[in-house]
Amino acid sequence: MMNRILPIISTFIFSIVSFVASAQSDIEMADVMRSNGKIYIVVAVLVIIFLALVVYLISLDRKASRIEKELKQNNS
Amino acid sequence: MRQIRAHWWKILGIAFVLYAIIGGLLMDAPRLAILNETIRNLYYHVTMWFAMMILMTASVVYSVRYLMTFNQDFDQKARIAAGIGIVFGLAGILTGSVWARFTWGVYWVNDPKLNGAAITLLIYLAYVILRNSLDEEQKRARLAAVYNIFAYVLLMVFLMILPRMTDSLHPGNGGNPAFSSYDLDHTMRLVFYPAIIGWTLIGVWMGQIRLRLENIEKQLQDDE
Repeated sequence: MMNRILPIISTFIFSIVSFVASAQSDIEMADVMRSNGKIYIVVAVLVIIFLALVVYLISLDRKASRIEKELKQNNS
Repeated sequence: MRQIRAHWWKILGIAFVLYAIIGGLLMDAPRLAILNETIRNLYYHVTMWFAMMILMTASVVYSVRYLMTFNQDFDQKARIAAGIGIVFGLAGILTGSVWARFTWGVYWVNDPKLNGAAITLLIYLAYVILRNSLDEEQKRARLAAVYNIFAYVLLMVFLMILPRMTDSLHPGNGGNPAFSSYDLDHTMRLVFYPAIIGWTLIGVWMGQIRLRLENIEKQLQDDE
């Protein structure tokens, strides 16, 4: 009994697995860009741009703090 | 240590957005037809709208508080929050248009969600125009606060309710599932939610700097 069912089940499972695998590879993603690591260059560029904006925001923030302090001293 | 305690939310905002940039591009995303890699725009385009809605919520809360207390500070905060919200909304509509070009083939379709987004932005631009056209401070603050509540209700109607009641191409509307419902592994949520919080915190930071600069200006004018 087991000898007959096992191949059927395994064939069934295998066909599902292969179907899912083929469905996945059918849809085009940037797999090449990922495998050769060039995606990291894009990520690095975006991170640098964002950090540049953050540095600018921080400098604005500190400048505001400095002027606030100055005003406080002048008023007292 | 004192610095970290005072600025922890700014650091958190920077960290979350950095994580969204890095994780959003490098972590696994579901393989879906038509969308392909552009599904990652969920981390960037959709977060703009969520950040916008959170900022508009803050704005309307300040407007209500203004109407309860007639404290001019609340009016100022409501205006600044709405201003940053408009910036995020513009980013949202422009990024959405680019995304539409590559998934639907055109920059703009007459879709309830898209038109609703455009109307919402126009309503908030009208808020800015209304403010600028009134000179008297008290009257401006009161009118703007009432209008802001009205605008917020329309924001909810046009972005959240109407698109869901009709057919829409846009995901999450009219029986069209949003990404999260067919995303099985939930990895997208791991980036998506922090990205919303991160961008909102960056927006609050920008608003806070503006608020402080305006207060400095006011103080200088008072001293003269």
